[in-house]
Amino acid sequence: MQTSLSRLIPAWAQGNVSDRSYAAALAAFGLFIPVLFAFILVRVGVAAWPAVRHFGGGFITSTDWDPVNGQFGALPFIFGTLASSLLALVIAVPLAVGLAIFLTELAPRWLAAPIGFGTELLAAIPSVVYGLWGIFVLVPWLRAYVQQPLAESVGKSVGFFSGPAYGVSVMAGGVILAIMIVPFISAVSREVLAAVPVAQREAALALGATRWEMTWQIVLPYALPGIIGATILGLGRALGETMAITMVIGNRPDIPTSLFAPGYTMASVLANEFSEASADLHLAALMEIGLLLFGITILVNSFARFLVWRVAQRAGR
Amino acid sequence: MSGPAPQPFGGADASAVAMPVLALSWRDRRRRTTSFVMLALTGVAAALTVLPLLLIFFHLLRAGLSSISVSFFTHVPAPVGEAGGVVGNSLLGTVILVVLAGAMGLPIAIGAGMYLAEAQGSRTANVVRFVTDVMNGIPSIVIGIFVWAWVVVTMGHFSAFAGGVALAIMLIPMVTRTTEEMVRLVPRELKEGGLALGFTRWRTALGIVLPAARSGILTGVLIALARIAGETAPLLFTAFGNPFWEWRLGQPVDALPVRIFQYAISPYEEWHRLAWAGSLLLIALVLAVSLAARFLIRSPYKGR
Repeated sequence: MQTSLSRLIPAWAQGNVSDRSYAAALAAFGLFIPVLFAFILVRVGVAAWPAVRHFGGGFITSTDWDPVNGQFGALPFIFGTLASSLLALVIAVPLAVGLAIFLTELAPRWLAAPIGFGTELLAAIPSVVYGLWGIFVLVPWLRAYVQQPLAESVGKSVGFFSGPAYGVSVMAGGVILAIMIVPFISAVSREVLAAVPVAQREAALALGATRWEMTWQIVLPYALPGIIGATILGLGRALGETMAITMVIGNRPDIPTSLFAPGYTMASVLANEFSEASADLHLAALMEIGLLLFGITILVNSFARFLVWRVAQRAGR
Repeated sequence: MSGPAPQPFGGADASAVAMPVLALSWRDRRRRTTSFVMLALTGVAAALTVLPLLLIFFHLLRAGLSSISVSFFTHVPAPVGEAGGVVGNSLLGTVILVVLAGAMGLPIAIGAGMYLAEAQGSRTANVVRFVTDVMNGIPSIVIGIFVWAWVVVTMGHFSAFAGGVALAIMLIPMVTRTTEEMVRLVPRELKEGGLALGFTRWRTALGIVLPAARSGILTGVLIALARIAGETAPLLFTAFGNPFWEWRLGQPVDALPVRIFQYAISPYEEWHRLAWAGSLLLIALVLAVSLAARFLIRSPYKGR
């Protein structure tokens, strides 16, 4: 115990008593974070345990969510979370990377500064404000100008775009999430693109490449691991986003077969049902959904951090 | 890259070298067009990402401005049907929650950030840094249910205190990482100067390094406070919301984002109007704080 504790205190602090206590205090603050993290995991895990024991693996494969009759299957929520987040990525990644390219390769300073600042502002807008705008502006607009025309034309043959246009839908959720994660993905992508050595660009141009060929064939491949990391960080954010998507996705616990149908996400069901859950099993089932969401975001974020860290390592060499 | 076929120097070909634009092959023309179109598309992407920002501000101002007045800040929400439901108590609640979260979270976060900066390279510090980053990505709703299971169940009821704990848990990883970065920006020479004068490590750290990083840390703190002030999800089952004035920490308290959420999902036209007005107020608060942080306070060591 003595030795393992003293290993936490750096060599410089071994001599002086006040330095030693300073280093010990700092280490205590530092270690508080992993301890808190583990405590959150354990506390949520313990609260979810009754549901884990009661439903076993069926919890994540069953589609039947019926609190009144004590039936709890989380698949519609897992599906809704994944579907809306992936849709958000499909929309957000091209936009964010395009924006990052525009800002690093093309835009003059007088244009790059305000646009960069604007995306920072987008990142600062609270989730509930996005939700409010989503309900009253985005959803009616999508219903009238995107969903109805598509459902009446392409939707007749393509199932994805079929069905009645409710407005509140997986699609609305994906779009609002996309707007919210673009600033994060583009901010990280911008840094990564800016880190590509100037010599690489100049070499490409000197060989006769056009600006786009330089960007597409030289700069982007060089920055790709970082952009993937940024994308996965954005995915982590989309998976856990709660308020905005709760307000636009429609909150119906079914697996939607069309982009225009309402869905439900893991975070949304927590927001909507948690304070009303009175039955112990219902509460435990919600806790298990929280635990699953927690687990997924830990995995996604760890992977993203690992990628970004590897890019930093490579750049450092 | 097949341009014009290579030719010996001189002769008629010299003009092609001097004026390559005239000598473009069909293929080169296509390459140029592709380049132009794709680069223009990145400009379109930039415009498309800024568009929602403009639209959101436009709608906020249009729908929100008309509802803001003095009584908006000084009164509590009215029942449906009565004129002038307002958000004074929600504003107070948000201030209480943010102050509580800061009081609980900031000392830990700044201490942990100092730890990460001082213990650079140690394996423990790397683990702490990694966990901090992962913690930054925990969905806020999960923090909400954790604090519910931990604080609310223990106390037996919702409270401002529980809301403060939830926001503090969100605050800690953000401020820890900015503190670390800002402390690491302080030039080594300052620290070495302190040590050379015979200061102990802790006096150097607290008396020289930390003050030198102060403005950068303050910026990070303000941005983080602005962010938690806009959080709704972790407060739903902790602070819970309360339609009356409340300043006791042991009681449920309102928060501006929670109030906006409840107004927005209500079926009443009048409440929707208030949701817009509340959002305008919230965004003005959040942006004022983060802009102040960005422009008024500049770290002297940034950009080195």
